Amino acid sequence: MEVIRSQKRTVSNDIVSTPTLPLYLTAPPMEVRLEEFELFAIDRLRVLKGVSDGLARGRNPNEMDDLVDTLWKEHMRLPDVSEMINKDIISHFVLRLVYCRSDELKKWFLSMETALFRHRFRIKKIEEQRAIVGEFGLPYKAVIGAELESLKERLVLVARSLCQTSSDVENIYYKVPFEEVPDLVATRRVLLQKGYAFVAGSQLVSLVVTQFRSHLSKALILTNRKWTTTIREREKDRLTPIVEALSTSYLGPDYTQSSEYADISLKDIDQVSKSSFPLCMRHLFEKLREDHHLKHGGRMQLGLFLKGVGLKLDDALAFWREEFTKKVGSERFDKEYAYAIRHNYGKEGKRTDYTPYACSKIITSAPGAGDHHGCPYRHFSEDNLKAALSRMGLSSRGMEDVMDKVRNRHYQLACTLTFEAVYGTSCDTGINHPNQYFEESQKILKSKNPTAPV
Amino acid sequence: MTREEIDNNGDAMMIDDPNPKIENEFNVHYLRIYYGNLFPYSDIHKWLSYGHDGKHPGCDEYYFGRREFSFTLENDVYLRYKSFKNASAMEDAIKSNFPYKIDIGAVYSVDPDKRHAYAHSGTNLFTPVERELVFDIDITDYDDVRYCCSGADVCAKCWPLMTVAIKVIDTSLREDFGFKYILWVFSGRRGVHCWVCDAKARRLTNEQRSAVAEYFRVYKGNENNAKKVDLMGHSLHPFLARSYVDFLKNFFEGELQTNQSIFSSKEKYEKILGMITDEDIQSDLRGKWENSARSSLSEEATSLLRWEQLKKTLQSKKNKALSLRTCIEEIVFTFTYPRIDLEVSKQMNHLLKAPFCVHPKTGRVCVPIDPNNCDEFDPLAVPTLSQLIEEINAGGLSMDVDDDSDKSLLGKSIKFFRSSFLEPLLKSCKEEIESSYKTKIGKSKDTFSW
Repeated sequence: MEVIRSQKRTVSNDIVSTPTLPLYLTAPPMEVRLEEFELFAIDRLRVLKGVSDGLARGRNPNEMDDLVDTLWKEHMRLPDVSEMINKDIISHFVLRLVYCRSDELKKWFLSMETALFRHRFRIKKIEEQRAIVGEFGLPYKAVIGAELESLKERLVLVARSLCQTSSDVENIYYKVPFEEVPDLVATRRVLLQKGYAFVAGSQLVSLVVTQFRSHLSKALILTNRKWTTTIREREKDRLTPIVEALSTSYLGPDYTQSSEYADISLKDIDQVSKSSFPLCMRHLFEKLREDHHLKHGGRMQLGLFLKGVGLKLDDALAFWREEFTKKVGSERFDKEYAYAIRHNYGKEGKRTDYTPYACSKIITSAPGAGDHHGCPYRHFSEDNLKAALSRMGLSSRGMEDVMDKVRNRHYQLACTLTFEAVYGTSCDTGINHPNQYFEESQKILKSKNPTAPV
Repeated sequence: MTREEIDNNGDAMMIDDPNPKIENEFNVHYLRIYYGNLFPYSDIHKWLSYGHDGKHPGCDEYYFGRREFSFTLENDVYLRYKSFKNASAMEDAIKSNFPYKIDIGAVYSVDPDKRHAYAHSGTNLFTPVERELVFDIDITDYDDVRYCCSGADVCAKCWPLMTVAIKVIDTSLREDFGFKYILWVFSGRRGVHCWVCDAKARRLTNEQRSAVAEYFRVYKGNENNAKKVDLMGHSLHPFLARSYVDFLKNFFEGELQTNQSIFSSKEKYEKILGMITDEDIQSDLRGKWENSARSSLSEEATSLLRWEQLKKTLQSKKNKALSLRTCIEEIVFTFTYPRIDLEVSKQMNHLLKAPFCVHPKTGRVCVPIDPNNCDEFDPLAVPTLSQLIEEINAGGLSMDVDDDSDKSLLGKSIKFFRSSFLEPLLKSCKEEIESSYKTKIGKSKDTFSW
């Protein structure tokens, strides 16, 4: 791509043959105006931020399809179809420059672009989908004849295990190495035999998304190399300032640095846990006080939350030491647990200052035997959740509303409703981070009673 | 105490110990003798070299040197990123440190020892390149379904849970995933490890490893939910169905009932009743069982009878709700299906204890387990350090671990490791090295054709 000063851009005819869902395999030759460079990127960033938001709120795949469709039409539509495709391609490649520059940025961009691609793919017709599969040059053949016969019975079982009726069992299956469809394997949505997965036509999205992600991941590494070795210096008066500004504006607060509302001290911590902690952290806190121990997942989730809430390293060490020594003794604490706490604060090892977990991460975690982390709205049984909610002070009607959200798998909405019930106020933005819950709560409590400790 | 004399050229040796009855199963003294004379260095080296022994032009002579090891020494001193050029470097390092635990990590892009030279900001050039697909199954994760022991203990009544886990996972790794070179190892106290060593397995990405681990995951429980296994859908996935029919069902209705009698007391059966989502059925069964609390049957017979009653009741009410259809299977899975530690399998850089290490708490050697004969395996009969030392003392046997006819306690395990695992593995590795070399040569020949 060549970036040029304001001039009428020659409409490129190279785009005619590409489908409406570009794969971004190579940067096509075209000219881009400097204003478009920034504006297109900003519009696409709005879409990606919308995707990020939707995922954080736990939207299911169908809801995400609609959301992506809406976002795309709102921000990326142009009267001319080929202009629209140009904008699509240009904005993607500009954002590659922006987001290739660190591991954290790469990870976010990769997740969002993959999600965006997935949902745009899902709403395409099956013929268009097959064409896109072809675009990637994937060598997978359909399973036919005797081989298909020998698998039929088990393929039916797989479909039935997914609550599909016999009429849904499809006619076309592709034989694909299992490595190519990890998400289908993980959820047992495919039959496996001797290292091959039998992917139904309707599951093509999985195949394609894996390819897309893998390709983009490699491309980002190459882009980063080019950026650091040539582009950044060469463009330091033109594109580089734009690129650097673009990345900082749109990521939400990550709570690595606690705000002015949150600087709790040890003596207040019990009270604060009852007044301002979201249910997930309250549960972990209570269990810690009760058992004088937490397993690794719980230590991470609660420990990082407390860091985000403003607990200093020395106080954190004292806090965990106070509890753990009741069970394991002071020597074992120093040996086995203190290091990890310092590690979380970026004082050991590769000195990464770890960020507290957002709801999306907590919801998708997998608490096992003896664990107390995770999201109670997702991981607790109904009875246990109701008991916990009543301890938080919810009325039975409030509880029913919350349980209704839980049954529909809207865990963050459930937490938001809990917040609204506890503090008697509405929360329009919705809860998507435990530290956000804490800060909002503290704001409300302090405004009601500015001088009293909360 | 007089110093022992160890004869290094393989002749019979005697350990001078004034106290012939050996008290502790594990101590540093024995550990030194073990690593001095018994640990199979060259077998481990051959395994982890995967055929790159330098004898073929296609070999990568630096392959072994890029593998990370870690040592845990006395006093919990932990040394990471250790690497060795070759077998004798590894042997020297172990013999100078006598680690309490040796872990094996991944093969990296560069020698772990030199990783700092490659650290750049932004991009990480020191990354794992190959690593076996590994699984860790620990019996403490089954504490909520075993009544004979808890925590670190294990006995003949609960060990069969490990046996059935091996069967289920091993079958699936071979039948579903097509893997062939699989090593099962006793963890030394209360669990098993699995090392899948096929080239394809070693090259899996973290995401793919995660997918395999999740494929195996069924149990999603902790004390906060009552129903730990949720098998939704109108039928079981063929993998689960096969596991149920071939292994789990019979184990549940046979050995498990004998060993654990999971219905025999109120506390025990309440736990199971909690897994049935229908309140009416729960109280129906509860009523029956409370009334029969003082029958003259044995615990085991009572338990079996109640299981039959439960099955019959659920069968008759099957059409009432979708969730009841798979209830019987869910109960069976809760008590018998393997529970793997997901985190161990998901990341390439996760370290795992090396086979033939000695467990510091039990003194037992981490010996391989034959998946085709795992019913015979008894964790309480695994050789301990002190037994090995005693064997040396008693027989004055020539402890030559390279002698295939060695009938000593450890010799059997080493022989199995070699014949069942190492030899077939190395054969396939050599074939692969040869064929990829030929392809490379072929390709470069082409570039010269004008």
